[in-house]
Amino acid sequence: MAEAGGGTDAAEIGKFAGLAADWWDPHGPMRPLHLMNPVRIAWIREQVARHLAPAGDGRRPLAGLRVLDIGCGGGLLAEPLARLGARVTAIDPAEENILRARQRAEAQRLAIDYRPAAAEEIAAEAAAFDLVLALEVIEHVPDPSRFAGLVAGLVAPGGLAVMSTVSRTVRAFALAVVGAEYLLGWLPPGTHDWRRFVRPAELAGWLRGHGLAIVALTGLAYEPAFERFRLVRDPGVNYLLAARRPPAPSGVELG
Amino acid sequence: MSARPSTGDLLVLGGGLTGLALAAAVGGAGWEVLVVERDSYGRMLDAPYDGRVTAVARGSKLLLEALGVWPGILPHAEPIRGIEVAEGGVPVEVRYDSLEIDGEPLGWIVENRRIREALLARVRRLATVRLHDGEAVRDIRREEFMVRLRLASGRRLAAPLLAVCEGRLSATRGRLGIGARRWAYGQTGIVCTLVHERPHRGIAVERFFPDGPFAVLPMQGRRSSIVWALEDELAAQMRGLGDGAFAAEVAERFGDRLGALRLEGPRWYYPLVLVWSERYTDWRVALVGDAARGIHPISGQGWNLALRDVAAVAETVVERLRLGLDPGEPAALESYEAWRRFDSLALVAITDGINRLFANDLLPLKLARNIGLALVERLPPAKRFFMRHAMGMVGDLPRLMRGEPL
Repeated sequence: MAEAGGGTDAAEIGKFAGLAADWWDPHGPMRPLHLMNPVRIAWIREQVARHLAPAGDGRRPLAGLRVLDIGCGGGLLAEPLARLGARVTAIDPAEENILRARQRAEAQRLAIDYRPAAAEEIAAEAAAFDLVLALEVIEHVPDPSRFAGLVAGLVAPGGLAVMSTVSRTVRAFALAVVGAEYLLGWLPPGTHDWRRFVRPAELAGWLRGHGLAIVALTGLAYEPAFERFRLVRDPGVNYLLAARRPPAPSGVELG
Repeated sequence: MSARPSTGDLLVLGGGLTGLALAAAVGGAGWEVLVVERDSYGRMLDAPYDGRVTAVARGSKLLLEALGVWPGILPHAEPIRGIEVAEGGVPVEVRYDSLEIDGEPLGWIVENRRIREALLARVRRLATVRLHDGEAVRDIRREEFMVRLRLASGRRLAAPLLAVCEGRLSATRGRLGIGARRWAYGQTGIVCTLVHERPHRGIAVERFFPDGPFAVLPMQGRRSSIVWALEDELAAQMRGLGDGAFAAEVAERFGDRLGALRLEGPRWYYPLVLVWSERYTDWRVALVGDAARGIHPISGQGWNLALRDVAAVAETVVERLRLGLDPGEPAALESYEAWRRFDSLALVAITDGINRLFANDLLPLKLARNIGLALVERLPPAKRFFMRHAMGMVGDLPRLMRGEPL
């Protein structure tokens, strides 16, 4: 694994592999992801309903949807999306994460295709997905513009990419690094390298450069009094972005 | 016996008023609920006249409306139009007119059996709720992702979360290793129904006597429910009296404002004990209602608090299921626990504050019917707040408590 090419970084992967056992502990190092999860899943579901018109019913609204979850970790997103009916392929370069996530999926009889792989490997298979997710990943890769291109390339015509990360602002540094890593003690110090943070305009530019149109952008703010995240207009710290590949023009025959 | 376990989204243990309300909330939102009740509903509904009543606060009524249950209850509900309080025999009377808040009644007095009928009728119309009544639990196994129940009949049930709604004496609570603290008050509560000559006009009456508080709650027709707390010894003496002699004791305390009195149905005796569970959640388990905190066995004010639990659990569970999240994982239980502990502590803080104003220790009865509200008259700025709390309308409310659908 871990070719230090565009998409993965051995040291970064090592940080998360070491946490493989802790992914599902809501009081562990992944606490912020647990707190974010309901809000970000609700937002993703809304984007899917708006742009992909999935065929599912109330219990399984994402039935039939082909989803790729890049940097799936312990399966925090892959599991809920699979329960909602999606056909999920979930990849992570840290093999420990994949092994643990597979055990969980089997115990719950969730059909999730977990693979120890980097985005490049999936791209090399020329696969395409209705929904490509890369949440809280791009700040950990060495070449973010190239990574954004990989993500975009995996989106099928008419499909969506959803990415989230932390913006490169002074406030983001104060909250995500000083706050989350040092003051709240949520994350092990060194989890984030501020210089790798990506601004929404930068990310949007890279995705547009690969043929996607930005369809939604929202900020995500932590409310310490309630210990929860909520959606906010300002994308100055944490943000979620959705981009769509235009559908293949109808009437144009392939080949 | 049955080979395959039935798997649902939520297991409810205890199909009484609280368990059925939870089933109606989660099942009504389209999720599969499996209810296990020890008694058989056929026998429960055929039971001889019961007479126990519940004071349904306004917030609870909003929730029951949102669950589609209120229309079945309303024909049997007597609105409380006002409360009168007297200390000792001295007529220092305080009156709250319900008009003080939006012109709606302060609450309604309803016989428990009517509430049970309405809840059952609602739940039986839901294809998502399966009732296993007349069934004892033989064994409970909690795994990483599931709770599994084996019933005495051999039937097996499973879900990611078990809601224990068995009431204050919950056996499952202890079986799961969750401790509970108990405070005994050395008092016994007596509950019975009176038939009287003159109409009560919807006025609830609270009287404080040196040997214990005494309340008369308006029921439908010319009937009232008596809720009377007495020292254990005195209560034992009352127990020895025949209906006629007992009615005479009641008349002596209550006076003749309602004319001639006679008893209807049985008298119920309850030791006044506060039961407080050391925690509301455990691995894949949530304690709901009196199983979490039994504030008082009489007069059913505890059900209003239980319905706030129901609203909080139902909202947490349904929101998570809609997002594909596991409703029984620790993060889910944490949000329920935090939500409810704050609410319960707020209630205890309020009632405890009021309690200090009283010379004698009447906490259980005041908790039971918010008698403490009478003293709020002496604290004018706080009055509305107390009243709103009594009506279940204060705090960070779950959607159902605001009458909104899930």
